[in-house]
Amino acid sequence: MAPAEPGPPAIELRGIDKRFGAVHANRAVSMQIASGSITGIVGENGAGKSTLMSILYGFYEADSGEIAINGRPVRIRNPRDALRVGIGMVHQHFVLIDPFTVLENIMLGAEGGVLLRRGKALARQELQRLEGEYGLGVDPDAVVGTLPVGAQQRVEILKALYRGAEILILDEPTGVLTPQETDQLFRILQTLRARGATVILITHKLREIMAVTDEVYVMRAGTVVAHRRTAETDIGELAELMIGRKLRLELDKAPAKPGAVRLMANDLVLHDERGVMALDHVRFAVHAGEIVGVAGVSGNGQSELLEVLAGMRTAESGRVQVDGADITPLHPGDPARMRALGVAHVPEDRQRLGLVVSFAATESALLGYQRDHAYSGPVLLHHHAINRHCRTLMEEFDVRPRQPFLRCANFSGGNQQKLVVARELARRPKVLLIGQPTRGVDIGAIEFIHRRLVEQRDAGCAILLVSVELDEIMALADRILVMSDGRVVGDVARRDADERMLGLMMANARPADGASTA
Amino acid sequence: MQDAYLIVLLTLSATIRVSTPLILCAMAGLFSERSGIVDVGLEGKMLGAAFGAAAVSAVTHSAVIALAAGILVAIMLALIHGFASITQHGNQVVSGVAINILTSGLTIVLGIAWFHQGGETPPLPQEGRFMPIALPGAARIAHVPVLGPIYAHLIGGHNIIVYVALAAVPLTHWIVSATRFGLRLRAAGENPQAVDTAGISVAWLRYRAVMLCGALTGIAGAYLSIAQNAGFTRDMSAGQGFIALAALIFGKWRAWPALGACLLFGFLDAVAIRLQGIDIPGIGEIPVQFIQALPYALTVILLAGFIGKAVAPRASGIPYRKE
Repeated sequence: MAPAEPGPPAIELRGIDKRFGAVHANRAVSMQIASGSITGIVGENGAGKSTLMSILYGFYEADSGEIAINGRPVRIRNPRDALRVGIGMVHQHFVLIDPFTVLENIMLGAEGGVLLRRGKALARQELQRLEGEYGLGVDPDAVVGTLPVGAQQRVEILKALYRGAEILILDEPTGVLTPQETDQLFRILQTLRARGATVILITHKLREIMAVTDEVYVMRAGTVVAHRRTAETDIGELAELMIGRKLRLELDKAPAKPGAVRLMANDLVLHDERGVMALDHVRFAVHAGEIVGVAGVSGNGQSELLEVLAGMRTAESGRVQVDGADITPLHPGDPARMRALGVAHVPEDRQRLGLVVSFAATESALLGYQRDHAYSGPVLLHHHAINRHCRTLMEEFDVRPRQPFLRCANFSGGNQQKLVVARELARRPKVLLIGQPTRGVDIGAIEFIHRRLVEQRDAGCAILLVSVELDEIMALADRILVMSDGRVVGDVARRDADERMLGLMMANARPADGASTA
Repeated sequence: MQDAYLIVLLTLSATIRVSTPLILCAMAGLFSERSGIVDVGLEGKMLGAAFGAAAVSAVTHSAVIALAAGILVAIMLALIHGFASITQHGNQVVSGVAINILTSGLTIVLGIAWFHQGGETPPLPQEGRFMPIALPGAARIAHVPVLGPIYAHLIGGHNIIVYVALAAVPLTHWIVSATRFGLRLRAAGENPQAVDTAGISVAWLRYRAVMLCGALTGIAGAYLSIAQNAGFTRDMSAGQGFIALAALIFGKWRAWPALGACLLFGFLDAVAIRLQGIDIPGIGEIPVQFIQALPYALTVILLAGFIGKAVAPRASGIPYRKE
């Protein structure tokens, strides 16, 4: 491999700043990406990686800051500008036209003339050349919609190369790939580097960073927090940098007094739409009076786990036991049945699943319990009872403003969440499933919700807490499960856990590996 | 025998004449819908153009100027639809229905105001219309058995717009499948984001498609009032825009199959005209309404199971917003 030339960097970003309303997505981001290298950008969801790349590709314009390509300052206002300076992008969600052939997809926007025939012949030649050079193994006449995901991704790469891209950005490229396809992708990236191309790889999978990159930038909360040569760092350090030490959450709580098993998952298996195993023989138990935290980088099966336990999806095999009742693929649960069994669910995505944003608070506070005889007659709802109930919930959980008829959309995120939590806790559930309880919630509301969860625990509720916030898990959980690639890879008592160890497990490096590099 | 042959021939000839506006409208709809803009306003655009063409013809006595006026009216209406659905991200069905209602009323109001004949235009003189063209030598070989009548009545004997409509089909097919514009058009109807990331303006692409659609419905409208008939009458489009839409769906948004569907529907219509008041032995007189309803019934039945699923362009009907 040729040594990196000491020329100007392929990409230089200086002080890139971008706000979306109240969200400060990128603050003063500066990077220098060497020509002919593979550079990784890691960070949790919402760290600002994708925004930064969208700025580089011209989807957004930065509020301030400069971009220089190969030492020359450029202004990138739209994807066409980006293409002109040699930047190609492979999006997380492919931007392909399914009924078109590979050739047609690649030509779109670079047809080479008013009529297609001549352009098609030239494109075919060029594709053959690229095929010879990079060995992507894509049939130009195949219809894209019939290709497997990995091949579709290679079509996206070809699209960029066909347009003469010398800088290739890949946004979470391996999320949809099988391990074999991932290996193939990495071989392709290495070939690209060997031919002098510059590759930027955005991911939150640390093993991939270690496997294929030369340098790595770590982003957190919109800023670059670290820049390392890959050879001089390790997964443990990156995990720690990525998660960071956020606000310390302190919580006075008595030690748990676990009782009988309330919720048990036995060998749950589920494949997602892409056929990737989302739950891989997941088994664990939650006892009355304890909080079990599920830690993990998002997208490792936690969401699917919650959905299965809440009865929204049915596992392909395995069983869920709630207080003696069995939920199996043959006797699937549904959300109503699970509620009847005493399982309350605060979903991860409260705006989509937790409440109806266009409903009044009274109506959202009723969701899931609308068949309850206290609130509903044979035909009509008992409005007085419903309104009184909502008022009570708002008092107890300090939902502000106390306006039961206000549309949910007009409450802040924290108050929406308090309303959902109030609704689910009001029933004194035996089991509480709660996902990302404090996502997008202000600090005051976080404390409030945490205290309520501990109260429920002390009252004997079995709580399963899924959160990507490691601090939240550390503050609340009595026992911690770690999920990675759909498997439960760790099960430790809170007092035995520390962040570094959890970070290693989340990255699915065996603890022994981590110990040797520490 | 000779008579029966002539009747078949004349029915087929009528089929072509009746199908002409359907074909033009179906091709118009094809451009619009393949680009992602649903168009239920074919009917209204055609009616507006029919009135515009007849009104201008009544004043200028020039068929060509009248045709141009018809096209212009339809393009203006198409641009209204485009503005509502492309620029303003409005609901495309609502906008299309609005155009249908608007033209249905407006043509009558303007007709009464301008011509004082109860919403109709005065009968148009020959020079203000497109008249059937006799093919060279038709009279000379008219007496040749079999071929003579075919040449005179089936191939020949139509006005110029009929030939324009027939030529529009291969042209449409060619534009959509073999040109850069066609490739981008299809892409915009399937996945506009892909078009956008390729650095092409989705809005401008769709506006062009919608204007093409307008031009073709304009020709169809002019055909109704200054070629097939000699003047405008109220609601003279009589649902043909909707039949054309059915033919387009029937043909799965492709030019040649859509032509087939138009000819089939046109044939049923031609037969319906011929069967009026005729007793069929053993059955009696078939109600005209029954045959007139056939195209619609046929579309529903065939789409429900016989020709497979008609998959619309994936992005059609969805306003495209840049994120």
